Amino acid sequence: MIVTLAKPKQKRVQEVLSRAAGDKRYKILDAHMKKHQHRQDALIEILHKGQELFGYLDDDLLLFVAQRLRLPPSRVYGVATFYHFFQLKPKGKHTCVVCMGTACYVKGADKILVALEGALGVKAGQTTPDGQVSVLTARCIGACGIAPAVVYDGTVAPRQTPEDVLATLQPWLSHGSESTVGD
Amino acid sequence: MAAVTLTINGKPVSAPAGATVLEAAQDAGIRIPTLCHLEGVYDVGACRLCLLEVAGSNKLLPACTTKVAEGMEVWTDTERLRKYRRMTLELLFAERNHVCSVCVSNGNCELQTLAYEAGMDHVRYPYQHPQLEIDQTHPLFGMDHNRCILCTRCVRVCWHIEGAGTKNVAGRGAECRIITDLNQPWGESETCTNCGKCVMACPTGALYYKGVSNGEMRHDRHKLEFIVTAREEKQWIA
Amino acid sequence: MDLNQLLAIKEKELASRRPYTLRCCTAAGCLSAGGDQVKKRLEQAVAELGLSDQVEVRGVGCLRLCCQGPLVHVDPVNELYQKVAPETARQLLERIRGGTVSLETADLHHPFFTKQLSIVLANSGVVDPERIESYIAADGYRALHDALLEMEPRDVIQAIATSGLRGRGGAGFPTGLKWSTVAKSPGTRKYVVCNADEGDPGAFMDRSVLESDPHSVLEGMAIAAYAVGADQGYIYVRAEYPLAIRRLRLAIEQARRLGILGSGIFGSPLNFNVELRIGAGAFVCGEETALMASIEGRRGTPRPRPPFPAESGLWGCPTLINNVETFANVPAIIRNGAEWFASIGTEKSKGTKVFALAGKVKNTGLIEVPMGTTLRTIVEEMGGGAPGGARIKAVQTGGPSGGCVPAELMDVEVDYESLTRLGSIMGSGGMIVMDETTDMVDVARFFMEFCKDESCGKCIPCRAGTVQMHGLLTRILEGKGTTRDLALLEELCDMVKHTSLCGLGQTAPNPVLSTLRFFRQEYERRLKPDRPVHPVALAAGR
Repeated sequence: MIVTLAKPKQKRVQEVLSRAAGDKRYKILDAHMKKHQHRQDALIEILHKGQELFGYLDDDLLLFVAQRLRLPPSRVYGVATFYHFFQLKPKGKHTCVVCMGTACYVKGADKILVALEGALGVKAGQTTPDGQVSVLTARCIGACGIAPAVVYDGTVAPRQTPEDVLATLQPWLSHGSESTVGD
Repeated sequence: MAAVTLTINGKPVSAPAGATVLEAAQDAGIRIPTLCHLEGVYDVGACRLCLLEVAGSNKLLPACTTKVAEGMEVWTDTERLRKYRRMTLELLFAERNHVCSVCVSNGNCELQTLAYEAGMDHVRYPYQHPQLEIDQTHPLFGMDHNRCILCTRCVRVCWHIEGAGTKNVAGRGAECRIITDLNQPWGESETCTNCGKCVMACPTGALYYKGVSNGEMRHDRHKLEFIVTAREEKQWIA
Repeated sequence: MDLNQLLAIKEKELASRRPYTLRCCTAAGCLSAGGDQVKKRLEQAVAELGLSDQVEVRGVGCLRLCCQGPLVHVDPVNELYQKVAPETARQLLERIRGGTVSLETADLHHPFFTKQLSIVLANSGVVDPERIESYIAADGYRALHDALLEMEPRDVIQAIATSGLRGRGGAGFPTGLKWSTVAKSPGTRKYVVCNADEGDPGAFMDRSVLESDPHSVLEGMAIAAYAVGADQGYIYVRAEYPLAIRRLRLAIEQARRLGILGSGIFGSPLNFNVELRIGAGAFVCGEETALMASIEGRRGTPRPRPPFPAESGLWGCPTLINNVETFANVPAIIRNGAEWFASIGTEKSKGTKVFALAGKVKNTGLIEVPMGTTLRTIVEEMGGGAPGGARIKAVQTGGPSGGCVPAELMDVEVDYESLTRLGSIMGSGGMIVMDETTDMVDVARFFMEFCKDESCGKCIPCRAGTVQMHGLLTRILEGKGTTRDLALLEELCDMVKHTSLCGLGQTAPNPVLSTLRFFRQEYERRLKPDRPVHPVALAAGR
């Protein structure tokens, strides 16, 4: 068998850097890394910042971080996929997080999730095909005193029922609507 | 270096202070089953096959990371340990798709050997049958995730002997996978040096030389020890 | 900063107090019910009515009775108003002007309040967590000052050891012993780490402490740093607690500005800085070796111990790791003396414990009780029993590492040893009440699903064992399991418990073992015969 190892490989990181050059968000991320003196142990902090800026972590961003912190890409990818807070795919315009902590569970969070999945036709962790709503579950948001809790676009709502959830979601489902919870 | 005396399975053994129980046992000709342990790279204590009963400790301790101590009393082969070992192996076989009869490492596989030794004649837990891919994109090597037991030997040799950091573990729990760079096809990796140390290290048929057929794969594990000794001690022991 | 300056801040803060104080709960529970709006409306109303010199509207931490939020406490009349809405908040000012209000008040003479003893939560609901002056006015940082200037590090360690304080993160390791181990470990660089990765579902004690009184944790850490000889601290908080993170950031910044963190604190040789590290959704990072890996920016997988962090921790340096509540106890112990602390609680478990009471119970919220309080007192008297008069079936403590204590054993005194004897654990303090409608097999499966998803995947028993145990529990729950499946499950529980690498795996079988111990009939009821009977044999009556 003849194999060629000498074949030059595309330098993907160069492409990423040139793409990043025109994006202000990368500049902010770069500044954030500088604040941490490009320390490798700040990787998780940097990924938090990246997700805050971009909404999710795509390959370009991971490679960019790896290059700047001088880490192998496999390390950055390994860390990003270990922690469930990090999303490697884009999220929907709205998010609906059902807390599945023990207190919420014994008070009917499972029924809320079933209702939600039924109404939207997606499973927990997925986004509706129109990109409007992502349904997520949380291990426990620590709001056990007001269980069951659901977080709509970052706002915690106490003592939810399946009916409450569907009512709150209604405006999100009609296209073009800009309303959000708490406005 | 000062020596300490301990007993392993009732037999008095002497070992240098700072040695692990595994090293002491190996020197004394006592075999302790291991899977994630690999000469030349640091130990992680992950496979739990080398667990020991130690007098005075209510916990089972891994031989690979437990240091010898004066007067220590160690048991490596009690009925309880044998039972746990067999169960650990059963869990591994049920976890992914280990089909020995069609494996490149059939007959030369550490997992298979250990299962024989443990008398594992069948698996009592439901097979999980995960759908896993085979990466054949590298010109020299292949990776079959169906046969991977996540011992991380390949990751450790890639980071600590070769220093490339190409391989790593991604994901968590049962979703863990060995990846290359940003979870991309091995053949597209920019960091891989094609050194093949990961293939040498693999205990099963998960990593193999392309072109080998059923039962033909031979892992060259002692070469890794050879390289490490050469680099660190300037001793070339053939 | 010296003592005079510290006292001056306290005097100034106390002098600015007004006759009436409206303490508005701004912890996460009340905030989600509109607590911030209530506070805003009250501030507006005070300004409009020209009562600014009469009334102070103070945002405070947790006022305990989370289920009735938003809560507002009115001083000095000492009334706690519940379910205050932004629209009705204005009425509270009528109360101050001598009028009456139609708002609901909580009964402060109810056992829920009277049986509490606040040490850790002493400032919670009293001080403004966003202002360091408010903490200093409550004698905050006085303990740090006194420790630094009047005590030797070994005296501090002795005080903690004498107090009998044990780790509040769950395992109950003697805190003084841990501190002295770190102090004795050789090394020029040492670290103090606060474990605020409160991951147990159903637990919100640490979140409340951080949101209500972040400075007490910082003060405890600084005292610890002095005692063990560390100069750098880390607080590892979960990302799910944005408010706690914000308040901690603020607290660190304020303390730094006043020179209470930084170099030469209170003129002593102590240099101590604290950095926040934000978790990213991995329960296993509550395990100390995994937590350290995460602080170092790596995958949060545990490693075998020894070496223990006290000898070789962060970057190989001796590291002291304690939980939020443990650190929050420290200033009070230094201030009031070890003997005072040791006089509270039981023989082996000293002081108080904060519990997050939740689930099928009338009064849900945060409670702090002396160790040795019975579970029955907590659940029936303080919690008021199950809503609607339902019969309580069990109380779950310790989260996914703990177990269920059945109702008939609720007279157990809550301390580390008693709960362990019942197959549960103290844990970090989550307490979930379950009534007759709760299915114990479902609860066991719920926790196993949790452990399966949270397993880091490093060691085989936990990674593959939790998957199999979850599968077996699901089969049994769906009525497809056999006695053979139950036997396999029990065997796996034993194996995973004894062979897993870290605490997560070692305790993952606990919820199954404990429900099997007390509610075995719920499992057995669902089992079907071992071998399916052939229809022909069945028809023949064989």
